[in-house]
Amino acid sequence: MISGTMLARLASPRTGGLLGLAAVIALLPLALTNTYFYDIAVLVGLNAIVCIGLNLLIGYAGQISLGHAGFFGLGAYGSAILASRYGWPPLAAMLATTVAVAALAFVVGRPILRLKGHYLAMATLGLGIIIYMVIATEDKYTGGPDGIAVVPFSIGGFVLQGERVWYWVVGALLLLAAWLALNLIESPAGRALRALHSSEVGAEVVGINAAEHKLMVFVISAVFACVAGSLGAHYSGFITPGKAAFLHSIELVTMVVFGGMASTFGAVVGAAVLTTLPQLLAAFEDYEMMVFGAVMMGTMIFLPRGVVPSLARLLATRRDATADGEGNGV
Amino acid sequence: MSLLRVDRLGKKFGGVNAVDDLSFEIRPGAVYSIIGPNGAGKTTLLNMLTGVYQPSAGRIVFGEHDLTGCAPYEYARHGIARTFQNLQVFFNMSALENVMVGRYMQERCGLVSALLRSRRLARAEHACREEAAELMRYVGLQNYLYASADAMPYGALKRLEIARALATRPKLMLLDEPAAGLNPTEALELDDLIGRLTGRGVTVVLVEHNMRLVMGVSDHILVLDYGRKLAEGPALTVRNDPKVIEAYLGSAVSHDGTFGETIADAVAVAVEMHR
Amino acid sequence: MQYLLTGLTVGAIYALVALGFSIIFNASHVINFAQGEFVMIGGMATVSFTAMGLPYLLAIPLAIVAAALIGLALEKFAVEPARNASVITLIIITIGASIFLRGLAMVIWDKRFHALKPFTGDTPIAIAGATILPQSLWVLGVTLVIVLTLSWFFGRTLLGKAMLATSHNRLAAQLVGINVRMVLFLSFGLSAALGAVAGILIAPITTTSYDVGVMLGLKGFAAAILGGLGSGVGAVVGGLALGIVETMSAGYLSSAYKDAIAFVIILVVLFFMPSGLFGKRGGDRV
Repeated sequence: MISGTMLARLASPRTGGLLGLAAVIALLPLALTNTYFYDIAVLVGLNAIVCIGLNLLIGYAGQISLGHAGFFGLGAYGSAILASRYGWPPLAAMLATTVAVAALAFVVGRPILRLKGHYLAMATLGLGIIIYMVIATEDKYTGGPDGIAVVPFSIGGFVLQGERVWYWVVGALLLLAAWLALNLIESPAGRALRALHSSEVGAEVVGINAAEHKLMVFVISAVFACVAGSLGAHYSGFITPGKAAFLHSIELVTMVVFGGMASTFGAVVGAAVLTTLPQLLAAFEDYEMMVFGAVMMGTMIFLPRGVVPSLARLLATRRDATADGEGNGV
Repeated sequence: MSLLRVDRLGKKFGGVNAVDDLSFEIRPGAVYSIIGPNGAGKTTLLNMLTGVYQPSAGRIVFGEHDLTGCAPYEYARHGIARTFQNLQVFFNMSALENVMVGRYMQERCGLVSALLRSRRLARAEHACREEAAELMRYVGLQNYLYASADAMPYGALKRLEIARALATRPKLMLLDEPAAGLNPTEALELDDLIGRLTGRGVTVVLVEHNMRLVMGVSDHILVLDYGRKLAEGPALTVRNDPKVIEAYLGSAVSHDGTFGETIADAVAVAVEMHR
Repeated sequence: MQYLLTGLTVGAIYALVALGFSIIFNASHVINFAQGEFVMIGGMATVSFTAMGLPYLLAIPLAIVAAALIGLALEKFAVEPARNASVITLIIITIGASIFLRGLAMVIWDKRFHALKPFTGDTPIAIAGATILPQSLWVLGVTLVIVLTLSWFFGRTLLGKAMLATSHNRLAAQLVGINVRMVLFLSFGLSAALGAVAGILIAPITTTSYDVGVMLGLKGFAAAILGGLGSGVGAVVGGLALGIVETMSAGYLSSAYKDAIAFVIILVVLFFMPSGLFGKRGGDRV
């Protein structure tokens, strides 16, 4: 009996998926034969953390943001400035930055999230661009367009260095992020988010304060982006305003939609594919941008629901088909 | 002591009065029906009674609380639930989850315990699932326990909305044309369901065109015409009110569609009564 | 006065781009994030055609036709196959298209800036204590002609009315026999042509390169939103207002924050008027 429920639990998308993700993270190093591969894996992990948060906002709550690179950039620059310029301990710098970004998202989120559809897209886009401009212009603190060097991450004398160490740290955090997101989605608050995505008035009349929930998930997604930005800054040791730019926001949204909206593992897959793709396309040199755009268009035209949900659906129908076939045979 | 008191309520769209200077009271435990031709302001009224629209004038008092100007979720938290004429089902979820959303007010928890999935929450979720399934059986959806909402037929979705509304544990339930689009058998089953709702201690407000249903279940009827009160009273009195009959027959010239049906129903009911 | 004139010139360009956004939005409820690339194509194609020795009178129409053809192709091969997809999927598709077109431009042309000769000389003209380039007069004049033509087109011609009808109620338009898919198709061509005109007009003043489309596209989108999506008047007013405010703030406040100020203003306007200046109001019907 107990083993039965245990099995059921293992097979559930939540526990099963998390175990699968953990297995991939644990086994991947077998395929990572040099530090360059490790480097890409770390970047994938950081982007995946942002995407898991962004997917809560876009995929589950149905609120678009075209400015999340702004929060990523604020995380990166907050850490860089506090830790490198003012000599704060990196962990303290990261925490302070995260609190500040959460507060900013809370304050601007309230009026912004009253907007709907394309107006919301415009407002978040504008917010992202404003953040980018501030970062690019205030060169006294940020180094301007030239960027700024960042000290390595260290906790109590232990310095985090090398792609391999970072791989395990980011891997663990990615797992944590996925776990938190899955927990949230399966909670009453998560159901409320999905409900207001489908029908805001339907959600309100059962007692859900839609505005409050949108704000909550906006802040959570901003925090995910900020933490990833801050870690990314320490990891790469050097950051430029490009990390906060509009195009980076678009990349992040594309990862979420590419992998599949309202699918936490889809967000991870999207991040993995679209972070790796430019590395592969580097072989195309001048044609890189063209091919990237074509891949983006092609996937969305042929798999409008994103890769993971489309594949899941395909598998499900195939399974149904075989089940039907067996039924007919008997 | 009235459960809901509406005082000189009005709603303007542009220059048009959709609801005008309307006052009435609803006593607990009754089935209170609101009828009237299309465009009489019935749905506008329901939207105001749930905070979806803000009234242009007047007050809405529920029990001891003046809810005028409150948001829809505040109405819900005071115990007013509703269904919609144009379904507002959450099509991105399973049927069961739709009903579980209705349990939101009892289940909601802090952000931290949601993110960390506390043991208490996991237990509450389990109970919530059970209770939602129970409610689905109660409204006759036992065959759809594992269905996805976007795969359900129209009649079942209407019941799903009732189950979701019931899950909020309301004192007052507003049903906006629950019989519209249902086949006669399904409509007949509604009588029984509404009867059981009042048996549970839920006061029901019914907006409906199906006169057979209205006459069959109502204790009290309010007739609206052009946003104003045309008649109000116990079902039997309203049914024989010449003003009501005239409004219905008079409007039959300008209205079509569902109204042909309504008149046929009204005539049938009248014939039945005089027999 | 000087800032006002400069602002009007820039604003006229934004207005043209915004009109392109509005026309496509009306026909399809799609925000075409590749709109800025048409601006780039217009400018760059004219540069190429004139480099081949063609006179402006030939080069400009050719460039506009080229952009319009690309617009039609975009609709046919990218938007049409995905017309049942969600709004956000369509946004990603048009962003993919814009990246693709930018990449293509980089391959066909290069990464350098290109200048285009002004249409009629470059001796500044003095007006009321300020100076204006002849090219600015071209910008203002052509924009005015286009706005008047468009309002005649949408108000008087059958095709224009059909396009308007489609934007108000697609199903009803279909029922009275309007070929809705054709309307959608044409709207992309028309928007692309408008964008190209904007790109050609501004190229002699600001120079052009493969990536000018990004900022111009965003500003055009901002102008369309500021005016209220789908409103023609809104697009023009939004564009001009954005241009003037931007130039003024660059002049009086800080030129470094020129672009940021435009977006701050849009945020503030949206906070108070969630559907822009001329947008449709009205809540959800339930």
